[in-house]
Amino acid sequence: MNVPLEWWLILSAVLFGIGLIGVLLRRNAVMILLSVELMLNASNLNLVAFSRYITPNLASGQMFALFVMAVAAAEVAVGLAIILSIYRNVRSVDLDDFNIFRW
Amino acid sequence: MNYLSIILLLPVLSFLVLVVFGKKWGEKSAYVSIGAMVVSFALSIYALLFVMGGGHTEITFTWASIGSFKLTFGLLLDALSAMMLVVVTIVSLLVQIFSFGYMHGDKRIGWFYACLSMFTASMLLLVYSPNYVQIYMAWEGVGVFSYLLIGFWFEKRSASDAAKKAFMVTRFGDLGFGVGLVLLYIVAGTLDMDKVFAMHLPEATAALIAILFFCGAVGKSAQFPLHVWLPDAMEGPTPVSALIHSATMVAAGVYLVARSYPLFEMGPVSLEVVAIIGTITAFMAATIALTATDIKKVLAYSTISQLGYMMMGLGVGAYAAGVFHLMTHAFFKPLLFLGAGSVIHAVHSQEIFDMGGLGKKMKITSITFLIGGLALAGIPPFAGFWSKDEILAGAFASGHITIFIFGLLTVLLTAFYTFRLIFIVFFGKPRGHHGDHAHESPAVMSMPLIILGFFALTAGLIGSPFAQNAFQGFIAHGHEAEAPNYMVMGASCIIALIGIGFAYMKYMTNVLPSNVISKDNFFYKLLVNKYYMDEFYYYALIVPTHAVARAALAFDQKVVDGAVNGVAWVSMQFGKGLRHIQTGYVQNYALYMVIGLVVLLIWSIKILGLF
Repeated sequence: MNVPLEWWLILSAVLFGIGLIGVLLRRNAVMILLSVELMLNASNLNLVAFSRYITPNLASGQMFALFVMAVAAAEVAVGLAIILSIYRNVRSVDLDDFNIFRW
Repeated sequence: MNYLSIILLLPVLSFLVLVVFGKKWGEKSAYVSIGAMVVSFALSIYALLFVMGGGHTEITFTWASIGSFKLTFGLLLDALSAMMLVVVTIVSLLVQIFSFGYMHGDKRIGWFYACLSMFTASMLLLVYSPNYVQIYMAWEGVGVFSYLLIGFWFEKRSASDAAKKAFMVTRFGDLGFGVGLVLLYIVAGTLDMDKVFAMHLPEATAALIAILFFCGAVGKSAQFPLHVWLPDAMEGPTPVSALIHSATMVAAGVYLVARSYPLFEMGPVSLEVVAIIGTITAFMAATIALTATDIKKVLAYSTISQLGYMMMGLGVGAYAAGVFHLMTHAFFKPLLFLGAGSVIHAVHSQEIFDMGGLGKKMKITSITFLIGGLALAGIPPFAGFWSKDEILAGAFASGHITIFIFGLLTVLLTAFYTFRLIFIVFFGKPRGHHGDHAHESPAVMSMPLIILGFFALTAGLIGSPFAQNAFQGFIAHGHEAEAPNYMVMGASCIIALIGIGFAYMKYMTNVLPSNVISKDNFFYKLLVNKYYMDEFYYYALIVPTHAVARAALAFDQKVVDGAVNGVAWVSMQFGKGLRHIQTGYVQNYALYMVIGLVVLLIWSIKILGLF
């Protein structure tokens, strides 16, 4: 059976929305990082879906997805390192506690 | 270099040297200043002899040239300026010598001599002026240095106030002078005196300019209604008072009128104004002097009164007599002031009712003071008599009968207050203990008194009928001296003697009861309060000025500052509101980004019709 493009796009949009809401509403830094991953993967899904439906012979969308995954891995590595380093200072991963630069 | 410029430049040089070294040299500064003045005086005598021999010098050089307008500077030597040169330098010289004793021990004596030098130099520059620009500059120079000297003891609040008052009041008169200068330049196109005097200006214009010039003279020469600064100027050291009251400061105004006499004659109305103001001044100041109890204040009011006489003389057309009185007054008034200084030096008080019986303790001072008093009161053959009589005769001859009568009344008052002063200070018994240790002043102070006493005794004779009015003939070419009017002479002499008689009866005997006028009497109060002139100025000028100043201050603080602060306040409130957006929470920023994105999306779809 052939799944229409719209379904992929809707799934991707839903995933992106969940990730966005997570980024905006979560207080836990780790959860925010996870939500960012969700959004990246939603876009990956988009890229792959478009690639599959519009230019089936070229794997350019898949290549993009691979790059995004690599960047996301690096991002998570850096992000977790930052969170860990902050945690050592304030004993918390709650973003509300990271307020020493606030007015 | 011409010897005339040396007369002027020596005091200037002395000023410059003393400004630099005055502090270091201390009392030795006096030698520099006095030395310079001795040479200037000797050269002035030479200049006078040169003019008496028929000489006349005018040196001019261009100082600045702006387009077609050339500003010249120059030295003019004629009869009037030669006479003034000698008077200014001799009085300055004697005052400086006297100051050596009087100012002994003052820590700023170097600066004092520097100011005295420059004060004299300014006056010399004024006397020399062949054009009005130079006169105006020198005029202001005289004003500045009189300010510095009156306020010499500026630690005293009253002295610095008096200096400011003198400067402000005379500046007020100078305003008129300045406007007159501009007007003259517009009308005549030149400010050189000889060119102006050779013109035939319309009568009304000439009168207006002359009256404006006279405004300056009213300020400088302390004429009614701008006389109020002079009594206060007594706060300066007494030698300064002597100088201000004779040869320099106040003489400048009379000199200006005398020098500009051809201009005044072009608009005869202005001479009437001069005569009337002079008469009011003479009479009013004499009445105030009746009740003054400060020895220097009495002399100050007598100066104002005598200056009034000079203006009266010039105003009624007795040109030579007015200048003659300027000259004789320049001898007997510093004599009286230096005598008063000598008394103050000995008694350490200025209240005449603290003094008494000083005649026995201070022989030279009292005899010379008596000579000065007789000259002031107008008793022949002392100097003041001849010149004052000339003025009265001039007033009588020109038909100004009211002025003549007031002049005679002033003679009575003058004789009375002068001898009131002399009887109280030098005769009778000592009052209080101020005079217990009084003794004659050192020779450096009594010598100038003797020299001035000699001139007060003899200076009038050169203008008397015995010498065929030699002085008048010298000063006033074309203004022929009046034939001696023996009726006027006799009248003024008798009236002066009556004045002295009253003073004698009142203060030396019990013939006149001591309470002729009660202290609650309206007239007494009027005189003690100097006709409430100071109060009048206070309420008419100072209070409104303060009110305007306060309003301006309020405007500045409320409106101008308010606008500035208001702008700042608005920005601050704006910032206060906006800073709530910047929470520091990255999530909030992300939310704004999302909102912005959504808005953009909706806008691009709905409004722009994309997709």
